[in-house]
Formats: sequence, structure tokens, C-alpha cells
Amino acid sequence: MSGSLQSYLILSALLFAIGTFGFLARRNAIAMLMSIELMLNAVNLSIVAFGAFIPALRGDAAIIALMVMAVAAAEATVGLAIVIAIYRNSRTPLVDEYDRMRQ
Amino acid sequence: MSLPETVPFLGWAWDDLLFLFFAGALLGTGLMVVIGRNIIRSGLWMICCFGALAGLYVLLGAPLIAAAQVLIYIGAISVLVLFAVMLTQSKSGPVGLVFHHQAWAGALAALGIGILVAVVVAGTAWPLAETARTPSPTEELALLLFRDYVLPLEVVSVLLLAAVIGGVFLAKREREPEETIVPAEPARERMPAPAPAVGTRELTP
Repeated sequence: MSGSLQSYLILSALLFAIGTFGFLARRNAIAMLMSIELMLNAVNLSIVAFGAFIPALRGDAAIIALMVMAVAAAEATVGLAIVIAIYRNSRTPLVDEYDRMRQ
Repeated sequence: MSLPETVPFLGWAWDDLLFLFFAGALLGTGLMVVIGRNIIRSGLWMICCFGALAGLYVLLGAPLIAAAQVLIYIGAISVLVLFAVMLTQSKSGPVGLVFHHQAWAGALAALGIGILVAVVVAGTAWPLAETARTPSPTEELALLLFRDYVLPLEVVSVLLLAAVIGGVFLAKREREPEETIVPAEPARERMPAPAPAVGTRELTP
């Protein structure tokens, strides 16, 4: 079970689906950002699994996973700063109350 | 004292047991992140989720990635998320409605994506899928990173710098121009010496 690529990829797919649901369904903007982090982690898990099971990709997969982590850190920084800036204006973290441009 | 070859009473390999444990922890904590009512608890479950994922990386023979996972995700991103949670919560506590009214559509979409990817994964004949795992030595990674991947490394460093500057700029408190400039003018006339412009502006509401 732990020795097959398929089990890791299916686990990664399930985690990605969980993250997708959280991103689409949660009302809190920070919970949506957490769900994005879950999706990025799922992708990272599949990249590392490919690197572990296909010898030609061994080093490259690790490098790409590290790059994904760095980009995720940058994304979290900017995303949370945007959420805090919006919260300062509208006093709520719930995305369905951000309706100023609709009025 | 050494461990037996297989798990006692079950007959599984140790790797399978660890994989099941980490996979269950990963999916369970991931679900708790998504469906939890309290956003602080969601953040704490997210830390557990990242920890389980680091365990899976060790199981996959990538200890450097696992260490980076612990350092970056658990150490940096989780703390950032928790601070943002504490900065943006209203005093009335957790909201009554966690999900949108259209959450069922999101659930359908997520289910569709999960089933689609799982079917594709199960139906594809992956090349070399059953070979033994070989851990990648850190030395080889360092050579690869600083020789073949130098340009992406520099681009990522510029991206991180831009993210830092952008984060500071976005989260910085803006001063209203008509309220701050007008009181600042007489203050500068009174004190022509190096007047701390920032300090005088902060004193005026």
C-alpha cells in the first residue's frame, strides 16, 4: 500500500477535493486562504510522490516542491495582507458581505 | 531491542501502518479545517494537517522536503494565518453560518474533481510505478539547486522580496489626506528644526 504511487496520488486527490470544497463553500476569507494552502499541499504531495517513485525525476521533483513552498509563502503573505486591508474598510471577514461594488 | 519485521497481530509492513496512520490523520484534519465552525480551531487543525504531510514526506524518502514543510508551513505560514485570524475576528465570536447558501454546489464540484482525479490515477499505467524508493541525498539536491536551477532560485528570491514589500504596503494603515496634512502644516511652521513629521502626524487623530 505504501509502496505504490497510486495510493499517494489518490490521497493527494482527496486532499485537493477537500481544499476545493473549503474554498468554494466557506464564508470566511481566511478559511478560504487555508483551503488554498490545503490544495497547494495536495499538489506538493503528488509532486514528491512522483519524485520518489520515478528515478529520473528524483532531484527535480524535490526542487519543484521547494519552489512551490516558496510561492505558497508569498501567496499567503499577500493574500492575508489583502484580507486585512479589506477588513479595515468593511469590518467583516465574510466574503459574501463584500458587496460594495454591487450597490 | 529491535522491532519485529511486521506489525504484530496484523501482519502488515511498518510502512503500510505508518502510511495508513498519516493518511487518516491528513484527511481527518483536512476535513476538520474545512468544516470546523471556529476559525481558530481550523487554523490549529491546519497545523496538524501539515505535520501529517511532513510525516508522509519522510515516508516517501524526502527528508529535506519534510524539514522544509515543518519550517515553512508549520513555522511560518501557520503563524501568519493565525495572526491574520486574530486581527480580523469580530468580538461577537464565531458566526452562525459557516458555509454559503450555495455550498452544495461547491460540494458537488469538489466531489466531481476528487472522483475524476481518482479515476484517472487508477486507470493510468504509470511508468516505473513499482520500483523501490531511493532517498535523494541532500548533496545532490544542493548541486541541482545551485547549478541547474539557479535562475528559478533567483526569480523565487525576487518574488519573495516583492511579496514582503507588497504585504507591508497592503496591510499598512493609510492616513486620510485631508485630516493629516492640514494639522501638519502649522506644526511644521512652529518647529522648523527637523520636526518628526511622522510623530506629529500620529499625534493628530
